[in-house]
Amino acid sequence: MDIKDLVLQTLKENFTDSIIEITDFRNDLSITVKQEKLFELAKFLKENENLLFEMCKDVTAIDWATRKNRFTVVYHLYSFKLNFNLRLKSNLETEPYQIQSVTPIWQSANWYERETYDMYGIEFINHPDLRRMYMPEGFEYHPLRKDFPVLGIPESLPLPQKPE
Amino acid sequence: MDKIKKVYSDEKIYKKLLEDNNLTIEDALENEMVINMGPQHPATHGVLRLVLRLDGETVIKVVPELGYLHRGYEKMAEDMSFIEFIPHTDRLDYTATMCNNVAYVLAVEKLAGVEAPPRAQWIRMIIAELSRIAAHMIAIGTFAMDVGAVTMVMWTFRERERIQEIFDRIAGARFTTSYTRIGGVASDIDDEALKMIKHFLDTFEPGLKDMDDLMLHNRIFIERLEGIGVLTKEDAISLGVTGPNLRASGVEYDVRRAKPYLFYNQVDFKVPTYSEGDSLARYFLRGDEVRESVKILYQCLEKIPNGEVLANDPKKVLPHKTEIYTKMEELIHDFMIINHGINPPVGDTFFSAENPKGELGFYIVSNGTGYPWKMKIRSPSFCNLQAISKICEGAMISDVIAIIGSLDPVMGEADK
Repeated sequence: MDIKDLVLQTLKENFTDSIIEITDFRNDLSITVKQEKLFELAKFLKENENLLFEMCKDVTAIDWATRKNRFTVVYHLYSFKLNFNLRLKSNLETEPYQIQSVTPIWQSANWYERETYDMYGIEFINHPDLRRMYMPEGFEYHPLRKDFPVLGIPESLPLPQKPE
Repeated sequence: MDKIKKVYSDEKIYKKLLEDNNLTIEDALENEMVINMGPQHPATHGVLRLVLRLDGETVIKVVPELGYLHRGYEKMAEDMSFIEFIPHTDRLDYTATMCNNVAYVLAVEKLAGVEAPPRAQWIRMIIAELSRIAAHMIAIGTFAMDVGAVTMVMWTFRERERIQEIFDRIAGARFTTSYTRIGGVASDIDDEALKMIKHFLDTFEPGLKDMDDLMLHNRIFIERLEGIGVLTKEDAISLGVTGPNLRASGVEYDVRRAKPYLFYNQVDFKVPTYSEGDSLARYFLRGDEVRESVKILYQCLEKIPNGEVLANDPKKVLPHKTEIYTKMEELIHDFMIINHGINPPVGDTFFSAENPKGELGFYIVSNGTGYPWKMKIRSPSFCNLQAISKICEGAMISDVIAIIGSLDPVMGEADK
């Protein structure tokens, strides 16, 4: 059986209601899931014996700026058993933008989620250490949001004061 | 104390300082110590900062701090056309510039649906493998230097210098190559360059043997690294470690084998793996990979066909300069591509390639215009660094240096 069919069929058997959309662009399978079901589905993907998506390669987000669902959180998973890349997406609908952290499932998501929090201001619930990844601690903005100018905001990064 | 409060506005550090003022000698001997290592530290390979909590000489906890080289490439990419971003990929992993160039254009080609002609793809394989050798030479050399064997870095840089000369011949630049183009490469490789590569490969093997003799008969070096910084298979997978570090932990995963891109399915090479997962295994593995790269390069030189190096796709690929100056149609296409971009269809793709440090991925979201709506760079060094806190726990403080060297992070890539 084709790997894509296997993944889709296994998911559909268990999570019919939570899958919103399935796309297959340039041979990249992508599944959009309901925000509240994402953690459960991710756990299933990792632990199901036929799938075993053991590695989380990447977590990031997309800022759609003008759309109703402003942010989409994107996960890239990899299964050594199937040699297959899967993309999970979840739209964040209401403010405050929050989603369940997948760090308890994949340790690697720890830093990816910190980076996403830093860049987009999306809060990951149950994350063990949600600090900024790149920007300094006192920074007020989230640089990869579309309303942040490319040239930066003047004086948003204060220089350390010189001791007297 | 008010003076101190002004300088350290952070409440936590201020409190800590107040505590430190009341220290007695007994406290200093009994308490745990927090040491700051970096960002300006020669052994951290750039601007990596580690905050170590020590009990005597044993490391209890390590907290890495990143962001000292953060230039915001992901933000800049959203304000650039796909072609404009090629030079910036050089600055990601600056030890293996060609590999980044190749990975980026392949990602854009996947999104835009362009395919480069066969000769261009073979050239890309050649430069990627040369670049891999160059990067591993730095990794091996500086790693040996970190643990005290300074001769090694001279020898490896000598070999690396010869690769840079080849790049100078091929691309016109030694480090900032920017050689690949969407739909091909910037210019064809001439026979002189091929001859230089052949000569390099023939004389490189004895050099490698010398290096092996130097390091592997050295008891200090072996005993310094054996069993240090063990990363188990389960941890490596769970922490998202890729590349040589993952293979040294016993996982046979190489993107060139798992998801072959270019013509990697047409060449014969092994994916070396070690089961130990310690610093020594990571050192050996890089040496083995260099040998496999040499094998691939010999096959590439044999198999490289003649032909065009740029695809004939006027809407997506920039035409040759000579044609722009002489033909009307090409001039129009050049104007359109430069001004409006290549306009890939609406959609998102993830493409990853095997870089010397691990798996470099580009996740590009296109909204149909000439600029990417979003570009995420999945950099291998960033993911590999995440393993540091796991590996270093329980190690000695001097081993931390060896572990950073063996993980081989490049901060240009980790900080983006």
